[in-house]
Amino acid sequence: MQDFAEPFRLALALVTAGDADLFEIIALSLRVSLLAMAIACVLGLPLGALLAVTRFPGRSVVLVLVNALMGLPPVVVGLIVYLYLSRSGPFGWLGLLYTPTAMIIAQVILITPIIAALSRQVLEDLHTEYAEQFRSLSVPRRTVISALVWDGRYSLLTVALAGFGRAVAEVGAVIIVGGNIDHLTRVMTTAIALETSKGDLALALALGFVLLVIALTVNGLVMALRLTAGRHVHA
Amino acid sequence: MKHKKLMFAALSAVLLFGVGLVANAADTSIIVQSTTSTKNSGLYDHLLPQFEAATGITVNVVAVGTGQAIRNARNCDGDVLLVHAKASEEQFVADGFGVARFDLMYNDFVIVGPSDDPAAVSGMTDTAQALVQIAEREALFASRGDDSGTHKKEVTLWAAAGLDPTGSSGAWYRELGSGMGATLNAAVGMGAYVLTDRATWISFANKADFKIAVEGDDALFNQYGVILVNGSVCPHVNVQAGQQFIDWLISDEGQNAIGTYEIDGQQLFFPNAQTNGTG
Repeated sequence: MQDFAEPFRLALALVTAGDADLFEIIALSLRVSLLAMAIACVLGLPLGALLAVTRFPGRSVVLVLVNALMGLPPVVVGLIVYLYLSRSGPFGWLGLLYTPTAMIIAQVILITPIIAALSRQVLEDLHTEYAEQFRSLSVPRRTVISALVWDGRYSLLTVALAGFGRAVAEVGAVIIVGGNIDHLTRVMTTAIALETSKGDLALALALGFVLLVIALTVNGLVMALRLTAGRHVHA
Repeated sequence: MKHKKLMFAALSAVLLFGVGLVANAADTSIIVQSTTSTKNSGLYDHLLPQFEAATGITVNVVAVGTGQAIRNARNCDGDVLLVHAKASEEQFVADGFGVARFDLMYNDFVIVGPSDDPAAVSGMTDTAQALVQIAEREALFASRGDDSGTHKKEVTLWAAAGLDPTGSSGAWYRELGSGMGATLNAAVGMGAYVLTDRATWISFANKADFKIAVEGDDALFNQYGVILVNGSVCPHVNVQAGQQFIDWLISDEGQNAIGTYEIDGQQLFFPNAQTNGTG
């Protein structure tokens, strides 16, 4: 059994020393995963909302499909995106393989179903609550959706965080399409994989601690935002 | 209205965040498809700053197993291939994907194992005999099992010993399907013998009680080669910068840089380039 004190001390030393490489890797992790989350929200939220308020034949099949896609294996997504972005693939001319953009694309594919499936559930529950009111006032569908999204905004924030969590923690997709290139596409998870493969388990675990702190910080900031916003509403 | 403003602000922030991710200097950078051994041993961290200072060309290294590196290069996803499986490299050039192959440097493979040495092979220099002993005693052996250069070498070593261990796969012969580092971690965890290149072993930090058991056999020779991906097959190849990188590696300066790389006073790679490539 490895000692946990050594990696913890190492993590602290890395952060307090202001290690430039480490901060570069942290910044790229945040940029890639936050941007992937934002794009996935733009795609997934409307899809979830639409599925929540509409009824059409085959809807349950679509719901099962979207829910199942939440379990997309990152390595499969990485492989598919690689095949498309490879120079010999259909989008090879874009020259995106081994760039942060490729990593964002892979993560968007990975987490859009999560955002869509979870927001669908949140909004559908709200919709059931309000359905009678909407019907009695014969509110148009667009207004229904925007009202639901606004009322469910805090729950949807948690949905977005679930997507971010999945994105920032996955390694299988970004290591294939990003290539774990130093100073270009290395993020926290691929750095951890690299140190593990070097047998430097203490440093790998130290980086893991730093990643945990990043996730805590992002979630803490969102929570703070939510509390402040809540206060304004009630003031 | 306040919400709309907030949304707009948030959206602009996201957009600003995203810009700059796209910028990627294409002309002065190359992608090298390479092996984990050269990467994990820190060789590139030693070589690339010298090359970049001399030429201003940024070298981006994708470190995977030799098999995957060659497949990626066949898909035109790289400018230079630097791996260690001579037969596969020559095939790559013969198939038209590479311009010419240059010998670059060598070191050797070693078989490492637990210090209690269950197959009693410690100190042996005859690899074939050692493998026979491991198989006879059914001592655990961890194989890369991933079509990498090291895996290809291991397969030829078993064949030279007249054995096919894959019949015992899952029993004493464990095919990991992983990179060198992950396989070493697993071997240390299981107490299994494992074939590794010496550079990775020297720089590997999780050795536990493992030691080199078998070394010094000519069959354990490990040659690295470097190849420019063919620009007429793969039009996006940065031929000029890629050629400059290869020229530098096989020049006196590059060869000297390879030869002076040490960890704990041990030289990891031995330069042996000749200026004439084989195509």
